[in-house]
Amino acid sequence: MYLKHALRAATALTFVATAAAHAQSITIATVNNGDMIRMQGYTDKFTEATGVEVEWVTLEENVLRQRVTTDITTKGGQFDIMTIGMYETPIWGANGWLVPLDGLSEDYDVGDILPAMSGGLSHEGTLYAAPFYGESSMIMYRTDLMEKAGMEMPEAPSWQFIKEAAAAMTDRDADINGICLRGKAGWGEGGAFITAMSNSFGARWFDEDWKPQFDQPEWADTLNFYVEMMSESGPAGYATNGFNENLSLFQQGKCGMWIDATVAASFVTNPTDSTVADSVGFALAPDTGLGKRSNWLWAWALAIPAGTQQEDAAKQFIEWATSKDYIELVAENEGWANVPPGARTSLYENPEYQKVPFAKMTLDSILSADPNNPTVKPVPYVGIQFAAIPEFAGIATQVSQEFSAVYAGQQTVEEALAKAQAFTAEEMEAAGY
Amino acid sequence: MARAVTTRRKSLNTALAWAVGLLIFFPILWTILTSFKTEAQAIASPPLFLNFNWTLENYAIVQERSDYMRFLWNSVIIAGGSTVLGVIIAVPAAWAMAFVPSKRTKDILLWMLSTKMLPAVGVLYPIYLLFIRLGLLDTRGGLVVVLMLINLPIIVWMLYTYFREIPGEILEAARMDGATLKEEILYVLTPMAIPGIASTVLLNFILAWNEAFWTLNLTAVDAAPLTAFIASYSSPEGLFFAKLSAASTMAIAPILILGWFSQKQLVRGLTFGAVK
Repeated sequence: MYLKHALRAATALTFVATAAAHAQSITIATVNNGDMIRMQGYTDKFTEATGVEVEWVTLEENVLRQRVTTDITTKGGQFDIMTIGMYETPIWGANGWLVPLDGLSEDYDVGDILPAMSGGLSHEGTLYAAPFYGESSMIMYRTDLMEKAGMEMPEAPSWQFIKEAAAAMTDRDADINGICLRGKAGWGEGGAFITAMSNSFGARWFDEDWKPQFDQPEWADTLNFYVEMMSESGPAGYATNGFNENLSLFQQGKCGMWIDATVAASFVTNPTDSTVADSVGFALAPDTGLGKRSNWLWAWALAIPAGTQQEDAAKQFIEWATSKDYIELVAENEGWANVPPGARTSLYENPEYQKVPFAKMTLDSILSADPNNPTVKPVPYVGIQFAAIPEFAGIATQVSQEFSAVYAGQQTVEEALAKAQAFTAEEMEAAGY
Repeated sequence: MARAVTTRRKSLNTALAWAVGLLIFFPILWTILTSFKTEAQAIASPPLFLNFNWTLENYAIVQERSDYMRFLWNSVIIAGGSTVLGVIIAVPAAWAMAFVPSKRTKDILLWMLSTKMLPAVGVLYPIYLLFIRLGLLDTRGGLVVVLMLINLPIIVWMLYTYFREIPGEILEAARMDGATLKEEILYVLTPMAIPGIASTVLLNFILAWNEAFWTLNLTAVDAAPLTAFIASYSSPEGLFFAKLSAASTMAIAPILILGWFSQKQLVRGLTFGAVK
């Protein structure tokens, strides 16, 4: 009798388990930031509409990068959608590791994606990842401190103006630093900032023959200017400051200016977290009059690894998450200031979004960034704060460590540049360039 | 007079021990305190110690966003499974090295330890490829094996040290009385080495619980343990320290409680053989 019951129960369980196994499900690897977490909250609506279940694997940015790179290069097949950036997309697309995002529905309106974004997420004209949100970098500054210093921020200032304004705004007794900038080692942290800054000083990573250019005067000019300005007007220990450290300083009213990702605008103007929310102004990233500004371009985008068994469902999800309808869904529930920015042209044409204080400057910053022509002198690579070649991440991490050692006073600019030149030349030669 | 000096020295030593203990515990205490703050309070300068509005909001958000119990269960299985498997393999190995040593025993022990000197990332790709071939990616079984292998040298070393303290004559007497090898290890050696085995088990359970390289790189959804749970709240672009602290507190709470109740065994095990 017991045996009969047990057999029946086992059969029923097997049936349920089999049914569950047949329910379509996709696994998405993503980063932990406000927009991505918000999207996870709305996933139920996608499942309701399509019947596709979604499993999330949320990781810190650097862990995610290592995790998805390992998986895609070994064809591990752990994920149906990966959140990747502008650095990985063209390289992985060229290697055939990603599913081309062609054949998207008409309603999706691919043409509405900002050209700078679709360009950076394509290889030879084929889109390999759809931007969930995009960003550039810009100046965020304290309007009250600027006024107190008797200066007025131009819409497109020069580095010289920024240096002078920083000195004028600095008040060591009141613990106010004129300027806060990234100095932390890492190609995506301080490395990204100094590379974008160097573009405006006429520097470049490589010449047309892939020869490193750290022995050229433009790099010395960039680093000397940065170190001088930060020593004079930056916070103590800036060599270890990244995005979060500077955000924290700015929100507590300890920075006169901060040049960083445009997505930070929503944080510093949010009165719940920021003590200076009502006195923040925005301006384009500075230049030196050579024709290139020091802003970068980045997008967190959704891509489908080649070999996934759930290609159709993955495409369905990407269409939903990066659509105009999704933006409206977020706006309806959480306000226009909280929609994922920087991906679609129509968002910036929307009169409601135009009322958001940082909307125009974000768009202007994105539009002024050209990843295909990032430097004053010609270069063989694509990318503004990076060079889209597989070797770059490793080399730039090492180089940024040398630069951070300069910021920490452990070596001179000349020493750091000499080491950077030697190391990069060796690595590029070993890589066959 | 001599007694007074001794008492003063004792008090001084006690105070010093407390100070060092608090210093070591402070980061954990700060994490726990931060978990009850708002995000703005978490980054306040000067830092707020106790005078803030305590809130459970972060715990509510973490609970809503993540399936904590699934991560916890995976951690228990992976840490427990790898420890038990490791001890089952290490006891006979340590017995052989302690009681039937050969001229190569010391070399073997050193070689085993040397495997710990290789950075884990150096073997990530070979292990990942093996896992793909064997269908072990994102499985608890795969992680149990990997963590067991990683901690095995430590388990063998610890057990070897404990076994060396047990007089070989006792085992010899058991053999004279007709005990088989299995009976000798199971009924004579193991009961005598219980304190040592217990502290080895505890220490390795903690090491496996906290392991954050392989558990992050070899899991996705099904086998992800609490290390993955914490990693999902870390962000280089956004200040989520209070939520991260709440997730960290939830992740370390079980092991902290276990460590608290078994501190006597842990201390005894770690200092075993240190003072003759």
